[in-house]
Amino acid sequence: MIQVGRFKFKKERVTLTLLAVPFIVFIFAFCYVPLFGWILAFINYKPGLKIWDCDFAGLYYFKLIFKEWRKMSSVLKNTLGMSFLGLICTPLPAIFAIFLSELPSVRFKKLVQTFTTIPNFVSWVIIYALSYALFSSEGVVNQVLMNAGVLEKASNIIGNSNATWYFQTALSVWKSLGWNAIIYFAAIAGIDSELYDAASVDGAGRFQRILHITVPGISSTFFVLLLLQVSNLLSLGVDQYLAFYNSMVADKILVLDLHVYRLGLVTQDYSYATAVGIFKSLVSIILLFSVNSLSKKLRGESLV
Amino acid sequence: MKNGNAKSAKDTVFYIITYAIMVLLMFICLYPFYYVFIYSISDSSAAQKGLTLLPKGLTVANYIKVLNLDGIVNSFFISLARTVLGTMITVLACSFFAYLVTKELYGRKIIYRFVIITMYFNSGLIPYYLTMRSYHLTNTFWVYVVPSAISAYYVVLLKTFIESLPMSLEESAKLDGAGYVTVFARIVFPLSKPILATITVFAAVAQWNNWFDNYIYVQSDTLKTLQLMLYDYLNQASQISQMSTSSLQHGAAAANVTAQSVRMTITMVATLPILCVYPFMQKYFVKGIMLGAVKG
Repeated sequence: MIQVGRFKFKKERVTLTLLAVPFIVFIFAFCYVPLFGWILAFINYKPGLKIWDCDFAGLYYFKLIFKEWRKMSSVLKNTLGMSFLGLICTPLPAIFAIFLSELPSVRFKKLVQTFTTIPNFVSWVIIYALSYALFSSEGVVNQVLMNAGVLEKASNIIGNSNATWYFQTALSVWKSLGWNAIIYFAAIAGIDSELYDAASVDGAGRFQRILHITVPGISSTFFVLLLLQVSNLLSLGVDQYLAFYNSMVADKILVLDLHVYRLGLVTQDYSYATAVGIFKSLVSIILLFSVNSLSKKLRGESLV
Repeated sequence: MKNGNAKSAKDTVFYIITYAIMVLLMFICLYPFYYVFIYSISDSSAAQKGLTLLPKGLTVANYIKVLNLDGIVNSFFISLARTVLGTMITVLACSFFAYLVTKELYGRKIIYRFVIITMYFNSGLIPYYLTMRSYHLTNTFWVYVVPSAISAYYVVLLKTFIESLPMSLEESAKLDGAGYVTVFARIVFPLSKPILATITVFAAVAQWNNWFDNYIYVQSDTLKTLQLMLYDYLNQASQISQMSTSSLQHGAAAANVTAQSVRMTITMVATLPILCVYPFMQKYFVKGIMLGAVKG
């Protein structure tokens, strides 16, 4: 027992707290200190200058977002466009899991799960390399289609801006289908098998059983994931779009995160990039809270 | 009877269609990897004329060529080093911290909340980049392994697991005079093996695959990771053809390796480690996602 004035400290607890201090400092340094960087959005930051040597800019950079709305609206359109395509695809892992669960062979199910999960574990650079191998003008898809007479001349989907949104969404689905299905397999496995037996006795066919037992059984999982995805509408990340970025598809692939990256680290407009980043964070937090209260209302449970 | 037959016929049709779709899905997931693999072991000029299912003119020339490219071997070891070291740091830091949070330290609730909050916001790219630069982490190997040391998500998973461990072992060790570090190292850490395995796998895959941190923080060629090497090769077709000519001058056996073969082979080198360890690690992935689901 250590006594400091009126306060008594147990030696053991003090030791424990001291052991935790380096970790707390670390978290502060890497998660909280960067937040002070938000100040950049309010000053005219020039690389090389100290923060206190820069002029105060007030809300200039936030106003600039709306002044340059044409650029911004195209970026938002790409972001939301691909996000919504992604939302439309959210049922796919569930559907995949439902149908795979209907098959009798355990070994086959394991095999399918194993192989469909692999794409989740490779980086977007590798997926870019794979797409390049398959879909470029000399790629195998073009060769097969031309040999079959479906295509007359090679078309390169990686450089086709009309297809970008769909192509990127398809790649995301390819990468994540098996992985996202795992949680549904578990949910389906957790459904009481007596329900199925009882339904069969009552004369329910396969699709009726799926519709009235399996689908309700996984619907709460589905809604949680859907709502979380809605809260991430603006956060598509930068890896995928940076890997696939090229001048031909630039107009269609520039999503918000990539835009921030390019504004900041390519054109070195740190202040404006930070302002756009803050704008994104604020909208995302509003989305998260709205989705959370929606979840409370609909399901009586909060997400976070 | 008749009814039963109709039913089983319906079942058969259902099974045939479902099996077919599943086989097709497996094919779609695997074929890209398989294609790149057969391309990488095929003779360069034969491959250029078209490959679909089988390699043509088996050769290891592409691999020899790739291993002789400037910096490839080095970048492989950088990737390996960041994966091993980064994973070790993450696993040790997160598990020890999670263990401390389960104990009665002062301000435990506040500390835990302080960690949890970091899952729901981040500063954004530019402030983070400038912070790394002000810490002098840019252009060092440390930027790969230090910032990722503590992840709130792993801490949550570990804390939940450690709380479920029986207290009695720990208490008897305490009575024998063991300190917190000893108890953690001798008892808690070994008992947490299942969750540690999951986190090790997650962290290792993330380390191996990460190229964006290399792309933005590190310009030095000697610190380049394999993933970024691949990215550069994919984007600099001209550079490769120059290298082919230079290797011609060196009189290398693999003189007529095309740029495409080089790309495919590097892709394979960057993918193989994942594909090789994947089957052994799969069950831990599944366990991890389930733990996360319980938490959510």
